Parts: sequence; structure tokens; C-alpha cells
Amino acid sequence: MGVLERVRIFKFWKMGESIKERLIEKLLFLLSLSSILIVFFIIVFMLKEGLPAFALGGEFFFGMTWHPATNQFGILILVLCTFIVGIGALVLATIIGIPTAVFLAEFSPEWLRNIIKPCVEMLVGIPSVVIGFFGLMVLVIFIRDTFGGWGESILAGWIILAIMTLPHVISISEDAIRAVPKAYKEASLALGATHLQTVTRVILPNARSGILASLILGMGNAVGETMAVLMVIGNPEIPFIPESVLEPVRVLTSTIVIEAAYMIWGSTHQHALIALGVVLFVIVALLNAITTVMIRKGMVK
Amino acid sequence: MSTIETRELNVYYGDEKVHALKNVEIKIEKNKVTALIGPSGCGKTTFLRSLNRLNELLGATTKGKVIIDGKDIYDGKEDVIQLRKRVGMVFQHPNPFPMSIYDNVAYGPRIHGVKKKELNGLVEESLRKAALWDEVKDRMQEIALKFSGGQQQRLCIARALAVNPEIILFDEPCSALDPVSTAKIEALLRELKHEYTIVIVTHNMQQAARVSDFTAFFLMGELIEFGETKELFERPRDKRTEDYITGRFG
Ligand SMILES: Nc1ncnc2c1ncn2[C@@H]1O[C@H](COP(=O)(O)OP(=O)(O)OP(=O)(O)O)[C@@H](O)[C@H]1O
Ligand SMILES: [Mg+2]
Repeated sequence: MGVLERVRIFKFWKMGESIKERLIEKLLFLLSLSSILIVFFIIVFMLKEGLPAFALGGEFFFGMTWHPATNQFGILILVLCTFIVGIGALVLATIIGIPTAVFLAEFSPEWLRNIIKPCVEMLVGIPSVVIGFFGLMVLVIFIRDTFGGWGESILAGWIILAIMTLPHVISISEDAIRAVPKAYKEASLALGATHLQTVTRVILPNARSGILASLILGMGNAVGETMAVLMVIGNPEIPFIPESVLEPVRVLTSTIVIEAAYMIWGSTHQHALIALGVVLFVIVALLNAITTVMIRKGMVK
Repeated sequence: MSTIETRELNVYYGDEKVHALKNVEIKIEKNKVTALIGPSGCGKTTFLRSLNRLNELLGATTKGKVIIDGKDIYDGKEDVIQLRKRVGMVFQHPNPFPMSIYDNVAYGPRIHGVKKKELNGLVEESLRKAALWDEVKDRMQEIALKFSGGQQQRLCIARALAVNPEIILFDEPCSALDPVSTAKIEALLRELKHEYTIVIVTHNMQQAARVSDFTAFFLMGELIEFGETKELFERPRDKRTEDYITGRFG
């Protein structure tokens, strides 16, 4: 093979390589575009399909009755119940989660932490239908036998959702507590403060934004959670304002799942369900956005 | 009269792998400034933090005795809270809490149950002693992190003074500060020694010479030489001391 030829082959090979590279780059770019497209498509679809329901205006947003059979699509009670279930779950998760995070970050001996942490993380991995099934078989029965009522209730929803939010609350709060500069802790101890005083007066106030972020994120999870909650809250035919935690409720997610099964295509009912989805999406997206902002703010501080 | 005395003080880190202080024996005088000098890693900070038992935080093991006002603080009976009230500390990097000036100074007294109506006076007195009062008296509610490094460091001194200690430990208090702030802190140290016993770690030989009455030279965890500052700088007895101080002076 002559020198010239070799050079030509080399060049060809070179060129091939750079073309290949550029092709792959293009492909990667296109693939990454796909996620934008998907989000865009979903939003456009939902808005467009939900529009007829949004067009009902106050009747949709502030209506007290959700009863597809009589063409009534007021979401107020559904939204209210969604928040009742979400906030209650969050309160439970806070009561258990924040002290756990404090313990893990500040007081736990290494060996105990190595047991608790994996357990908490394992909670995330349990499929929600499994948790829901557990809730139905154990929790609901327990509530019914102990407190009366149907068993399928707000209380059951709180507990199940708290279990599912707990790991997020614990791990984000723990990170926030650990992120407080050691120098503050040392300064406090050097002044003769006890460890507990240091935690409550210096460390927790400084981890505040991270802890709050974990709670809001937990709230987002709780509001968006579907399967497990659906299985334990009862979902009465016509949603009403509950008067006790032992009464069944209906939330946004469970309504969509249950009614999507029998809605009639092209009906106002279908549009209203899609609009429910939009409302849910907006609530969760807002909560997530707040979390992101808070975590970022906490970091630059 | 000595107020701090150590006997066969040994400190280890990490399962005794690092032997950070070796048989240190020293007597630190009351109402004097004692400077600790020595190359990086020789154990100055470790020694300082063994005096208020802050080493325990880093998993250090301490053997031997540290006698403060006649009591061994490692005898297992000493209340570490009371100890740290008596032995205050100012750190290398100014570390005021991210709270207001007032709350920073009031932090210690509040912890120790000082009554609310005594708080204002105590805060003012501490800030005056730390030569910071005039600069912050109209800005008491502003967050401490807004102030300059030098002001923050004097705030940390005020914060330490507010719990009314007998001894104050300074770990390179000026290493993060500009010359003007450094001069202010040095003047402050000379002032404070009338009321407090001061132990200060410094990397700056001139600073040791300027502010201290006694100087201790550490090398690789050992106390090589200890004596009056003038004496130690002018007529070091140990060859290693001489090498170190002349090396630095050029
Ligand atoms: N937390 C720790 N864990 C393990 N080893 C440590 C720890 N802190 C200090 N040491 C080691 O102990 C020795 C003494 O450290 P020390 O911080 O007391 O030195 P120093 O004289 O203050 O140094 P510098 O002038 O750099 O501040 C060093 O060898 C250091 O590596
Ligand atoms: Mg040091």
C-alpha cells in the first residue's frame, strides 16, 4: 500500500469517526428533546381536554357537589378532602419523622443508625399497592374494630400516607440537619450548652428551611399518591364534608381512577376528570417548585 | 499562681493511631497571656481543646491530668458544662451564630438561666469589654453575619465573655483577619488579661512576642520549651526552639 493511499484511508477513517460522532450527538439531542415533547404534549392535551370543564367556571372550581350522574362537577369538596388527608398525613409524618431525623443526625450511635437508615429507605421501595393492601387488611380492620365506623376512613388514609411520606421527610431533614456548619455546634458547646440545647437552639433553627422543604415535598407526595390511599379511604359515591376522622372520603386521585373506569367518552364527565388531573398536577407542581426554591435558598445561605 | 496545670497529658485520635500530645506538662499562670507556638500539626489546637474537653467531640482519647483551679477535669467527676462555663473559647474562624448581635451575646447567659432583666446590662458590658459596643450599639438586632470578619471575631469574644469565664482559649483568632482588625484584637488581649487568664495559639511569632507573657513551643506533640516570652525569644534553651523562631524571623 502506497503512502498516499494510506493517508487517504486514514483520512476516510478519521472522517467516518467524526461523522459518527456528530450523528450520535444529534441522536442524543433528539432523544433528550423527547422528554420536553412528552411534557409539552401532556400539558397541551390535558388543558385542551379539560377546557370544557374549566369553562364551567365557578361551578367547577367552587361547586360543592360532585355527582356525575346528575351532571354536577364541583370540585371544592374533593380538593378540600385531598388537603385534609394530605395535611393530616403530613402532621403525623412530622411528629415521627423530625425527631427521627434529629436522632439519626445527632444522637444515634453509628451501629444503630446503620440499622434504622436502611429500614427507612426500604419503606420507599415497597410498592404502594402493597402498602395499600396491608392498610386494607390490617389497618382498616383494626380501626373498624377499635373505633367503629367503616374502617375505611380519613384516619386510615392519614396513617398510610404518613408511612409513605415518612422516608422522604426523614432523609431530607436529616441531610438538612447534617448540613448545619460544625462551627456553630462547637461554638454552642464551648459556651457550656448541652447537646440538646445546642440542637434545639442552634442546629434546628439553622436546618429550618431544609426541614420545611422536606415537609412540603412530603405534602406533594401525599397529595399525588393514588393507589394506597385509594384502597383505604372508602371513596363514598357522593363526596361530602366529613365530620369525623372515621368517615370515608374521596380525594382527587381516587376520583380519577375510579370514575375513569366508567366515564363515557366525550362526555362532560370525561372533561371534568381531566380537569381534575390538571388541578392535581398544578397543586403538586407548585409544592415541588416551592421545595426546590427552599432547598436552593437553604444551600446558598 | 498557676490556674491550669497538666500532668503527663497524652491525647490520641482515632483508636490511638495518632498520638497528638505526648506527656505534656505545663503550668499556666493566672491573669497572664500564654502563647502556644509551633509548626502546623504539632498539637497546639489539640492542647487548647483538651483544656475545655472539646476534643471529646472529635473522638479523641485523653490520658493524664488537666488540673484547673485544683481539680482534675478528667477525673470523671467534673461537670463538663460547668467546666466550659469557666473556660471559654474563641475559634480560628469567626463563628457567630446566624442570629442578631444581641442574641449572639445573650446566647450563653440564656442557656445558663440569667434573668431577662439582667440580660441587657450583661450584653452591653460584654460588648464593651470586647471593644465592639460603639460599633454595634445601634445595630443590636441586625444579623451578625453582616458584619466584618474583625467585628465578628470581637463578637465571638463578647459572646465568650458573657458567660463570665475565668479562662479564655484563643485558637489563632487573627489568622482570618486583616492587620487593622488584628491590632484591635491584640490590644484587646492585653486589656483582657487583667481579668482573665488567656491561652492563645498563634502562627505569628511577632504576635506571640507582642501579646504574651509566657510562650510554649510545641513540636510533634511534645512541649519542647516553656518560659517567659522575652526569655524564650531572646535566649531559647533548646536548639529546636531556636531553629524554629529564627527560621521564621528569617
Ligand atoms: N479530628 C482529628 N482526627 C485525627 N487526627 C487529628 C484530628 N485533629 C488533629 N489531628 C492530628 O493531630 C495532630 C495535631 O493536630 P492539631 O490540630 O492539634 O495541630 P495544630 O498545631 O493546631 O496545627 P495547625 O497549626 O495546622 O492548626 C496532627 O497530626 C493532626 O493531623
Ligand atoms: Mg490548629
